[in-house]
Amino acid sequence: MKKILTGLAVFGLVVVGAFGAAIAAEEGHNEAEPTHFPIHKPKQENWSFAGPFGTYDKAQLQRGLKVYKEVCSACHSMELVAFRTLADLGYSEAQVKAFAAEYEVQDGPNADGEMFTRKAIPSDHFPSPFPNHNAAAAANGGAAPPDFSLIAKARGVERGFPTFIFDIFTQYAEAGPDYIHALLTGFDEQPPAGMQIAEGTHYNPYFIAGKSLAMAKPISDDQVTYDDGAPQTVDQYSRDVSAFLMWAAEPHLEARKQTGFRVMAFLLLFGALVYLTKRKVWSGVAH
Amino acid sequence: MSGGHSTYSPKTGIERWFDARMPLPRLIHDSFVSFPVPRNLNYAYTFGGILSLMLGAQILTGIVLAMHYAADTTLAFQSVEKIMRDVNSGWLLRYLHSNGASMFFIAVYIHIMRGLYYGSYKAPRELLWILGCIIYLLMMATGFMGYVLPWGQMSFWGATVITGFFTAIPLVGEWVQQLLLGGFAVDNPTLNRFFALHYLLPFMIAGVVILHIWALHVVGQTNPTGIEIKSKTDTVAFTPYATIKDAFGMVVFLAVFAYFVFYIPNYLGHPDNYIVADSLKTPAHIVPEWYYLPFYAILRAITFNIGPIDSKLGGVLAMFGAIAVLFFVPWLDTSKVRSAVYRPWYKLFFWLFVANAIFLGWLGSRPAEGTYVALAQASTLYYFAFFLVIMPVLGLIETPRRLPNSITEAVLEKNKSGSGHPAGAAASPETKG
Amino acid sequence: MRLRAVDSERGHGSTAGVGKAKGSYLVSANDTIDPTRRDFLYVATGMAGVVGAGAVAWPFIDQMRPDASTLAASSVEVDVSSLTPGMSLTVKWRGKPVAIRNRTEKEMKEAEAVSLSDLKDPLARNANLASDAPATDANRTVPGKEAWMVMVQVCTHLGCIPLGEQGEYGGWFCPCHGSAYDTAGRIRKGPAPENMAIPVFSFISDTSIRIG
Repeated sequence: MKKILTGLAVFGLVVVGAFGAAIAAEEGHNEAEPTHFPIHKPKQENWSFAGPFGTYDKAQLQRGLKVYKEVCSACHSMELVAFRTLADLGYSEAQVKAFAAEYEVQDGPNADGEMFTRKAIPSDHFPSPFPNHNAAAAANGGAAPPDFSLIAKARGVERGFPTFIFDIFTQYAEAGPDYIHALLTGFDEQPPAGMQIAEGTHYNPYFIAGKSLAMAKPISDDQVTYDDGAPQTVDQYSRDVSAFLMWAAEPHLEARKQTGFRVMAFLLLFGALVYLTKRKVWSGVAH
Repeated sequence: MSGGHSTYSPKTGIERWFDARMPLPRLIHDSFVSFPVPRNLNYAYTFGGILSLMLGAQILTGIVLAMHYAADTTLAFQSVEKIMRDVNSGWLLRYLHSNGASMFFIAVYIHIMRGLYYGSYKAPRELLWILGCIIYLLMMATGFMGYVLPWGQMSFWGATVITGFFTAIPLVGEWVQQLLLGGFAVDNPTLNRFFALHYLLPFMIAGVVILHIWALHVVGQTNPTGIEIKSKTDTVAFTPYATIKDAFGMVVFLAVFAYFVFYIPNYLGHPDNYIVADSLKTPAHIVPEWYYLPFYAILRAITFNIGPIDSKLGGVLAMFGAIAVLFFVPWLDTSKVRSAVYRPWYKLFFWLFVANAIFLGWLGSRPAEGTYVALAQASTLYYFAFFLVIMPVLGLIETPRRLPNSITEAVLEKNKSGSGHPAGAAASPETKG
Repeated sequence: MRLRAVDSERGHGSTAGVGKAKGSYLVSANDTIDPTRRDFLYVATGMAGVVGAGAVAWPFIDQMRPDASTLAASSVEVDVSSLTPGMSLTVKWRGKPVAIRNRTEKEMKEAEAVSLSDLKDPLARNANLASDAPATDANRTVPGKEAWMVMVQVCTHLGCIPLGEQGEYGGWFCPCHGSAYDTAGRIRKGPAPENMAIPVFSFISDTSIRIG
């Protein structure tokens, strides 16, 4: 056992040394013409759904839904999310029905073979603001706004060594919402002197794929009215909509973590029993 | 499977009836109950059992996922999301399957490391080792094709890059690639055949696993001393001794597995695979799943032409060579001593090899630029040097430590110097109370 | 050190020809623990294992049940303004055909005239009513719209689709096994055990019906 431990220690040292050398090599790029994005890493925010016992804050999700509906949904679809699932946000069946009815969806063909629009019902999904991908791209200067159903899981800034190892133990899984929050609050930052920003794009040091993006600052203070007294600031809007998008991407997060607790507790107990049994079985045998 | 000796004696009439017609109970008894295993196996030896468990778990979760999955480019992504959102317990089954693949590879890497450390490949276990290498190859193919099925961006571009390897083959490369893809690019025919093969290959793995276990039961297990079993006191019965120890290893492993599934299910995946495949847009950095990263680093390390071989073909050859070299390990190691426990220099180089492999993995996840390339080249060099230079040469020049005469003696020595069990108990397992 | 490579006659360890010295060191089966000595610990561990296995089995069964999107209240709205008495149309609801028929006076009279005791299935099978409602013609329709039959057009025998305006009773006739239904969709003859089911439906206006 001691041998293995010594071996592990040696190899640990080697690994750390090599990683250190590689990281040192990565440092040092030009400020005005950066080559690695994002320019700034997103800050780690506090989320109610983080950690082993995390749960969604329903009031926050409702506010986030409002922001999505009043701001984002003008350009961003959310095709995989059905209205019926909004019951998770704490809405009653009647509220969900009423919410769905505010949307029109295309249905058909009817008996005459024609497509028609009707009010949405809970089993419908959020309708897209554009009829298809090409229309979305054409209306937005060639860059189709991404669908939001999974955006909170589809974005995540690389954490780098050694943070990515600590992340296993801290259960960090909120890179998506952290990124969305950072991006939405990052539009006010000014580019450093000498940086060229392509026309029609907007500087944002938190953007994952370049120094600027096609979307302009989408939201400003007091744009969306909150009924529950939460501050009507860009920061709060961003926080709420990020949480909402996390829910949209991972609706069963709470069930997952709750099941996880039961499973881990069982495995701990069962593991202890198996270990004691093993000790008893082997008690008479030197090995 | 256990060779020439059966201690099975049917007790009831129905057992006798079976035994005379199809001695399956006898086979199970001889293979998994009375089969003698060295008494000094440590927990590194539980990974064989853990791997069987993971193969079973992957097949099981895979079959139920296939009940909901649609292998069609227009539906694949949505069908996976339907599993995640609407299917009862669907999120659990899907996360079990995707993380299960990673756990399967973690276990197989530890299993391979254990084999390399304790010299499990040495005669008469060459065939056992080669069967293991075949299983590993099949696992890689299965894992790769499985990753394509969700039809995300990484699925699509991973498939594009990996099938692109084959274009490096001189003359027939393009023809082979089109044969694999069923077209000029990754598309619906590719997805359909990958799904069919992804469903088929695990059963082929199961078949080779049976051969692997058969071979194991013919030659017997190695043990940390590397000394063969000499007398009855060297062994204990598979059941209950190995069974319960394996069971404990499995529970601990399952706890790690569960931790990933329930708390960080996407940690080992890539965010880009939550974006539906787009054949007109390549992600900034295409990276394969983590378990292929060392080989990906080796592929990209060859940035130069070697004689008539251009860097593209060279990279592909190096990558496949990195796996192929494993098949020759039994003959590359010239040492008379089996276990690294008695080989101080081999031990050092072995741990360096492990560190190097992990480092290669990390390099594989970095963009292929600047110092990373030079580091990857150095690492690749050590990877091959370990097998092709260190193994054969070290075996000839290294002075091993004194070997104990038997497993029992090794155990006695260990218990004398260490603590724990009374020395008397070690002499004979049967004397226990 | 070679291990018993010679012994190829698997399963015949006790037969002659296998060297005793060679054989004896291989076998240690008598090391197994006496099964009568299983104590509390073994039982507890075994029980925990069984409980764990059972818990693991559940998701694999659970996933077979209809999923959330299937269970979600689905409904269809049908425009029936073009249906004059004696005409029907079929719409698909939850994957099954629903027959909507504007019945003629004659059909209604025939259905009303049937006494409950002549019916094979005396229950209305109308999802809009209590489950023990009797199968009168009125209970097979909605009040004020007695001419309209809205009915899942699936034979209650084995799931075939009966043909309309056919059979001995002028209602529906299932060609698979010869079940005959009357003009109110009630089973009168043949192997089917129940009247055809009436789904949840309502008239949103005089000319349009919502099913589900």
